[in-house]
Amino acid sequence: MELKDIEKLAELARIEMSQEEKEKILGEMDSILGFIDQIQKADVNITEREAGDIRNIMREDENPHESGKYTEDILREVPKTREGYIEVKKIL
Amino acid sequence: MSNIDLKSLTIRKAHEDMKAGVFSARELTQAYLDVIAEKNPNLNAYLFIFEDALKQADEADKRFKDGTAELLTGIPMAIKNNICIKDKPTTAASKILENYRAVYDATVIEKLRKAGVVFLGGTNMDEFGHGASTENSAFGVTKNPHDNTRVAGGSSGGSTTAVSANCCLAALGTDTGGSSRQPASFCGVVGFKPTYGRVSRYGAIAMGSSLDQVGSIAKNVEDAEIVYNQIKGDDNMDSTTIPESLIKEPKVKEKIVVGIPRNFLKEGIDEDVMKNFEESVEKLKLLGHTIKEINLPNIDYALATYYIIMPAEVSTNLSRFDGVRFGLHKEGENLLGDYMKTRAEGFGPEARRRIILGTYVLSAGYYDAYYNKATALREVMKKDFAKVFEEVDVILTPTSPTPAFKIGEKSNDPVQMYLADIFTVSANMTGVPAISIPSGFTERDSNPVDGQKGKQLPLGIQFMAPWMGENILFKIGKDFLGED
Repeated sequence: MELKDIEKLAELARIEMSQEEKEKILGEMDSILGFIDQIQKADVNITEREAGDIRNIMREDENPHESGKYTEDILREVPKTREGYIEVKKIL
Repeated sequence: MSNIDLKSLTIRKAHEDMKAGVFSARELTQAYLDVIAEKNPNLNAYLFIFEDALKQADEADKRFKDGTAELLTGIPMAIKNNICIKDKPTTAASKILENYRAVYDATVIEKLRKAGVVFLGGTNMDEFGHGASTENSAFGVTKNPHDNTRVAGGSSGGSTTAVSANCCLAALGTDTGGSSRQPASFCGVVGFKPTYGRVSRYGAIAMGSSLDQVGSIAKNVEDAEIVYNQIKGDDNMDSTTIPESLIKEPKVKEKIVVGIPRNFLKEGIDEDVMKNFEESVEKLKLLGHTIKEINLPNIDYALATYYIIMPAEVSTNLSRFDGVRFGLHKEGENLLGDYMKTRAEGFGPEARRRIILGTYVLSAGYYDAYYNKATALREVMKKDFAKVFEEVDVILTPTSPTPAFKIGEKSNDPVQMYLADIFTVSANMTGVPAISIPSGFTERDSNPVDGQKGKQLPLGIQFMAPWMGENILFKIGKDFLGED
């Protein structure tokens, strides 16, 4: 891994990092990847896949609760709201 | 201080005493609050003590009066702070959730509440469950009650310390790679992880969704079993729970065949841990159980595989913390800037490492080499386990390769810290249930020159059973500890 890889990953992960932190993480990643790379020795076919016993298990989307029942509780935790909506910065 | 003997108290005894009027639920809760007030400032087991604990106890006392009390009514419990309790701070020990109050009860909490459990408080942990020492908490380390210079283990270190130091009668933990079992062994208590899908995770803050389970922590096996029986079961709100129609519990035999994967116990294990392990094996033989050597050909890869799949799932699960709908919010220049600053400020170093690692193993160029390969290896490991369980009833290993280590000893070396999970992760990778049982002590830091005695540090052994074989674990665990 190189520093520019860490920069790319931090950007994908949406975490702002200082130069110092990127360098530190680069060193740590080298040692962690050194450890997990041992799986490359394993003789296994990557198409090995099996569905579990539990299938088609999603509950029916029925019997909705009364509209607005939880709105106040949920909005209580939202950092910025306006008139019952969550407020974010302009996207377009 | 009350005169209730908390040290020898179990759930059943507390229940009988409350029923007989020896003490009330209020007196019992007060007794624990007194111990907490005395010990918690030093141990840091609890992040929050709930101000309504005595009020909850009064409700329990009413149930003893009107005859509706159940086994868990009035039992004071500690809850790991990544499990939602409505209106209570639920932080996962992260700055990003520092001021978050849960909007609803987790299913496990709803079930315990229904039984009349008294929730004493929320316990400390490694941030989001990321760690094996509780040093990754944003709110300070939890100390080991047996030696305050050592860690409690993790990530449920607050819960295991609380049980061990009589700051609660039992506790909930969560377990993604050993987080209920490894700290239990460090603190000398029982730590239990159910079969994947046996307990609902609805309302437990997600870490690795294909691995996470909610587990119980207690002083003995029966108490861990009682708590598990209350929280288990199918749940509409968690589609990974196993429907009752598919539950097939293996038979519990009187004499149990115990498999030992000797090929996995060759290196990197502390001498005293290994000695204690051999003594435990002898004890099991004396109890009439059969020991059999087994071979798990791919188990050496379990930890590396875990450290691919788990961070992949962590990076996905933690993407929801963006400062928009809940938790910390930091202002940036634009919406992207808000995300970048919020997450930079909110996540601690280990969470960031795992997010970056997870993002890497899931990225297009490396997906096959890491994530896909790990997923395939996991399937092979499950088959290895299924095959071994045709020959043996349980698999036995030490819970951790070392006793509790010193605070700070491993905090600068992520890989060394990861190795603490070596024996516990395979139960999560394969989904089987597992339990850590106290197996004795080892002395550390004695001084032969001045004859100064050292500290007695607890050790633990781990049993793993086949899928849905919880009852086998309870049976052999009770046998080992001499519980009736």
